[in-house]
Amino acid sequence: MIRISGLHKAFAGNAVLAGIDATVAEGKIVALLGASGSGKSTLLRCLNGLATFDAGTLEIAGFALRPGAHEPRTLQALRARVGMVFQEFHLFSHLSVLDNVTLAPRVARGTARAQAEAHAHELLAQVGMAERAQALPRELSGGQKQRVAIARALAQGVSVLLLDEPTSALDPELREEVREVLRRVARGAHSASGTALTILLVTHEHALAHELADEIWTLSAGKIEGVLRLGSSPAG
Amino acid sequence: MQGSGELGWGADLQGGEPYVYESPTQPGAIIGFEVEIAEALARELGVRAKFHQNDWSNLVPSLERGDFDIALNGLEDTPARRARLRLSRPYFVYGETLAVRAGSALHTLAELRGRRIGTLNQTVAQDLLQAEHAEVVLYEGQQEPYMDLSRGRVEGVLLDHVIADRYGCGQPGLVCVKQDLARGTYVIGMRPADVELFARVDGALSRLIENGELRRILEHWRLRDARQEELWTRLPVAAPSASPSSRTLSVAQLGLFFRGALITILISVCAFAFALPLGVLLAVTRSHGGRVSRFLATAYVELFRGTPVLLQLYVLYYGLSSLVRLGPIQAAILGLGLNYAAYEAEVHRGALAALPRGQAEAASSLGLSRYQVLRHVLLPQSLRIALPALTNDFVALLKDSSLVSVITVVELTKRMTIVAVELRDWVVPGLLCAAMYFALSFPLSRLSLWLERRYQSA
Repeated sequence: MIRISGLHKAFAGNAVLAGIDATVAEGKIVALLGASGSGKSTLLRCLNGLATFDAGTLEIAGFALRPGAHEPRTLQALRARVGMVFQEFHLFSHLSVLDNVTLAPRVARGTARAQAEAHAHELLAQVGMAERAQALPRELSGGQKQRVAIARALAQGVSVLLLDEPTSALDPELREEVREVLRRVARGAHSASGTALTILLVTHEHALAHELADEIWTLSAGKIEGVLRLGSSPAG
Repeated sequence: MQGSGELGWGADLQGGEPYVYESPTQPGAIIGFEVEIAEALARELGVRAKFHQNDWSNLVPSLERGDFDIALNGLEDTPARRARLRLSRPYFVYGETLAVRAGSALHTLAELRGRRIGTLNQTVAQDLLQAEHAEVVLYEGQQEPYMDLSRGRVEGVLLDHVIADRYGCGQPGLVCVKQDLARGTYVIGMRPADVELFARVDGALSRLIENGELRRILEHWRLRDARQEELWTRLPVAAPSASPSSRTLSVAQLGLFFRGALITILISVCAFAFALPLGVLLAVTRSHGGRVSRFLATAYVELFRGTPVLLQLYVLYYGLSSLVRLGPIQAAILGLGLNYAAYEAEVHRGALAALPRGQAEAASSLGLSRYQVLRHVLLPQSLRIALPALTNDFVALLKDSSLVSVITVVELTKRMTIVAVELRDWVVPGLLCAAMYFALSFPLSRLSLWLERRYQSA
């Protein structure tokens, strides 16, 4: 679960996050909507320590973060439990699809190669990329890259998944394949089997937010302006 | 000289005291016993003496090219020179003097077989040592061989007594063998075709000997000793110059060329293997380090990039030899490696900066440590970006490795100059040398292109 209390952050005197208090219960999916510059991405980056904050506290996946610089070891442990998907994919361009997915399990967690690859093949099958395991990122379309990036973010068995506008950099005709993968991940998060996956999705796609989320938060000028609770789980 | 009213004489100022050198008290003024001989000769001939500075080991080729009229600078009388030039009667008798460390058992030429003995290039001492199968170490200046002798890098130094007396015998810990190992004479060299000039110069020198002027000059420079008595009694020998016959490259010389190429490869490969990781380390420190380490890395780069590599080699080999005793090859590898590391550091810093920021963020967001991010994500990509620049630098290093001849390493270019002087021909050795450098660098460029295409095709 994620608990945010009194979160403040300013860039050069301009408040980007101006006091955010919110909680995401374990296994829930929250979509963050809001205009550009409303602080959505900054909030997400604070949650896994890519950005620091000035005041307040964060609790995420069993770790507590305080204002200012974070202890590197804490961050590494936290990030092994919190996956992140970027708008621009950021696949490692020198590594194959398979190696992109297995790098962190092998290097950061010391998982044996065979075991890491077996798990990676499962994840790649889930995102429909099993056939392209040996391909290099430059040989893939944007939609395919983002599907690999989602598999990469899930490879360490994370309990929280942060998605930063996962469809925004894609041509409209490529978005559906990523939406479909997100639906599958969301269904997995809601299934009774396995550990629950908590998801925070920053997006401009209102339809997608309504389709997937349990709650929709609307951010404006660094504050949560509205919370919309959706009654039922998504179909499936 | 004909009609110009000048006698052009070639010599090397670097030869130093007492031959020909710049006056320490009057900058720009040239003094030395050979300066006085040249002026006395010019007076006898009724002309003005004009000095031409020329690298000593190339005095003969420059004389043949016509850069000056006579070569007057410790030129020894040898059969090889006799076959090539007209040589005057002697104006000085020298003894080959062996300097050793105190307590050394070396006394005779025969005992030098297989020993590391220092001398200067193109000297009679070099020929003597080679005939005795000593391991000859060639130096560019008079002082360096004695420095290396006292520091144990060579077991002896064989040079003219004039040099030995001034630079070697008096040094702490060094002694000179009393008996000359060989004797020879200094003569004035002229072109074979200059028959008339030869007669006039040789005649003028005879008059200087007869009227006591030469004796006075040698006394003035404290060079008159028992050896010189031969000068006054021996009959002037008119050098019968044979017609110049150009020699061809021998199999042995070709073998030495390949040896030189191997040394060039050894030094370049080892120096680059040293420079590359050090450069990466410096680049990473500059782009990711703390304030102090960033400052130190920047200072390193500026220092090694901002001073000549030649100077760095001198300091490393001679300047620091009381602290670290490096062999010539080790010093060459270390010196070039330290210097090139500064350049590699800048190449890698640029390559790291060229990577999209998202690569490092994505890697850290997966829980990789800073070291793991560099090792597994950033450096593998930046090395590919740096590849063309790296090849470029390696080819440059291959050619810069010729600079290490100043610290007695005989690599490809040095071998070329030695052979060229022996053959009195620069064309064949020069082309051979160029072909060897090209044969080394061209495959590298192809390899680099192939790697680039492999890694960077989109």
